[in-house]
Amino acid sequence: MTVLTQRAGAPPAKRALTRRGRPAGTIAPYLFVAPALLLFAAFKLYPIAWSFWLSLFRTDGALQTFAGAANYRRLVADPLFWTALGNTGIILLVQVPLMLALAMGLAVALNSPLLRFKGFIRLGFFMPMVTGLVAYGLLFAILLNPQSGLVNWALGLAGVDPVPWLTDGLWAKIAVGLALTWHYTGYNAVIYLARLQALPKDHYDAAAVDGAGAWHRFRHVTLPGLRPVMLLTLVMSTIGTLQLFDEPYVMTGGGPDNNTMTLGLYLYANGFRYFDFGYASAIAYALAVIIGILGVVQFKFLGDKP
Amino acid sequence: MTRRVMLTSSLLVTVTVVLVPFYWLIVASTHRTAEVFADPPPLLPGGHLLDNLASLESTVGFSRVVLNSTLIAVIYTLLAGLVCTMAGYGFAKFTFRGREPLFGLLMLGLVIPSQVTLVPLFKMMLALDWLNTYQAIVLPNLALPFGIFLMRQSISALPDELLSAGRVDGCGELRLFWRVVLPPMRPALAALGIYLFLYQWNDFVWPLIALRTRDAYTIPLAIASLQGSNDTDYGAILAGTAVAAIPMAILFLLLQRHFVSGLLAGAVKE
Repeated sequence: MTVLTQRAGAPPAKRALTRRGRPAGTIAPYLFVAPALLLFAAFKLYPIAWSFWLSLFRTDGALQTFAGAANYRRLVADPLFWTALGNTGIILLVQVPLMLALAMGLAVALNSPLLRFKGFIRLGFFMPMVTGLVAYGLLFAILLNPQSGLVNWALGLAGVDPVPWLTDGLWAKIAVGLALTWHYTGYNAVIYLARLQALPKDHYDAAAVDGAGAWHRFRHVTLPGLRPVMLLTLVMSTIGTLQLFDEPYVMTGGGPDNNTMTLGLYLYANGFRYFDFGYASAIAYALAVIIGILGVVQFKFLGDKP
Repeated sequence: MTRRVMLTSSLLVTVTVVLVPFYWLIVASTHRTAEVFADPPPLLPGGHLLDNLASLESTVGFSRVVLNSTLIAVIYTLLAGLVCTMAGYGFAKFTFRGREPLFGLLMLGLVIPSQVTLVPLFKMMLALDWLNTYQAIVLPNLALPFGIFLMRQSISALPDELLSAGRVDGCGELRLFWRVVLPPMRPALAALGIYLFLYQWNDFVWPLIALRTRDAYTIPLAIASLQGSNDTDYGAILAGTAVAAIPMAILFLLLQRHFVSGLLAGAVKE
């Protein structure tokens, strides 16, 4: 009681009130965010700016000469750049939609009250996402080995001729796509599943009362409900695909005949194999611009609507 | 009844297919290279795991590599966890000038491709003479945008009354953070911790550039470096891959509830 009356006294109460919304020391919030901001500025923003500066120089051994837009002109005329972009584009147009549809179906199935052994099945599907990119890339390269891999052996048992995974241009792309799908479908399914579980149950009840069948419930309740996370997974998968590096590096090295060359691999080769930092930086900026444009487009088409 | 059986059995079949690579990884890591590529391929574990690990030890100094990976991942997880949690708390529970633009700036890091920074970061590390060091790997990604985002989401759910109560009782800001904010955040911190550890344990591109000699390598680098020559020892590669994957799988099994719910907290709120 005494404490309460004391606090009711004029000056302390006022202070307590201001403290509620905004804490006493005004530097406190800055101290909490400062480490993150300083590290971010030093190791992200500064390199981003520097990268642009570098992209304006021609690198010749140790010699750097200012060259304006020369690296970007070279990029536009470089067939390998377009090959890399095209390969990435194919994966983006084929693998990403297939994987996201698969993840959505999986999430709906995992959320079904009919499903038994839920814990085990969920865990099984999420396991691939803990496996490192190098580890699973290598594992897939060995499993898909055209002569003696487990997959071709199993296909042989089923009477299927050996598939030239990794040695044929088209099949190598499919192999990389399979590896990506194996690794990331569970991850996307987790996100959809969470959203499904957060959807209000009464929408389904209302639909059931209206006599809606399974397809109608999916089409009119589940799909609109998933829309916001569809944008999230689409944007994240797009960014990830455009940066694709580890899987082709390990599985195919970009081959055969540049059929799995990606922008990430091409950038790495120019920067750290030929030490052409100027050109590598130009590729990096082209990549950033493409990601920016695709991000904006995706937001425009999916973002505004509820 | 039948729909239940059909649904469950079809998912059981699919999940089995998904898990085959794990099973075969364990099987193959216990065979010599010649057996790995035999026809038919081995389907049951053999007896050469130790030989494969010995071969790894002699070619890449694997124990040193595992030590590097472990130390880097542990140090990174602790430091990045602290940096991200502090920032998440600052952005979630304080109003201050510049809060929105500064947070937006950090979130820019989510969409800027990491490749853009590779060349300048390499030059920075070269100038600082930090190539081949732990700090070269740990420092650049401490302020991980996803981690900050995750912690801001989780901490904003903490009731403000708890904080004001602590302040009224005369608790300093740091003590408040340590004693009042962190304890109820344990599940979110577990999720963040697993995420950060996995991220660092599996990271490849940046270590590939910043670590130039074998005694500084991490596990993914050591494994990848073994690949490609004519007499590549795939038995050893697979044993190393298993050593890299199995601890993470166990960690994930133990903590998966936190991990999944923590990722969700970040993913679902709009």
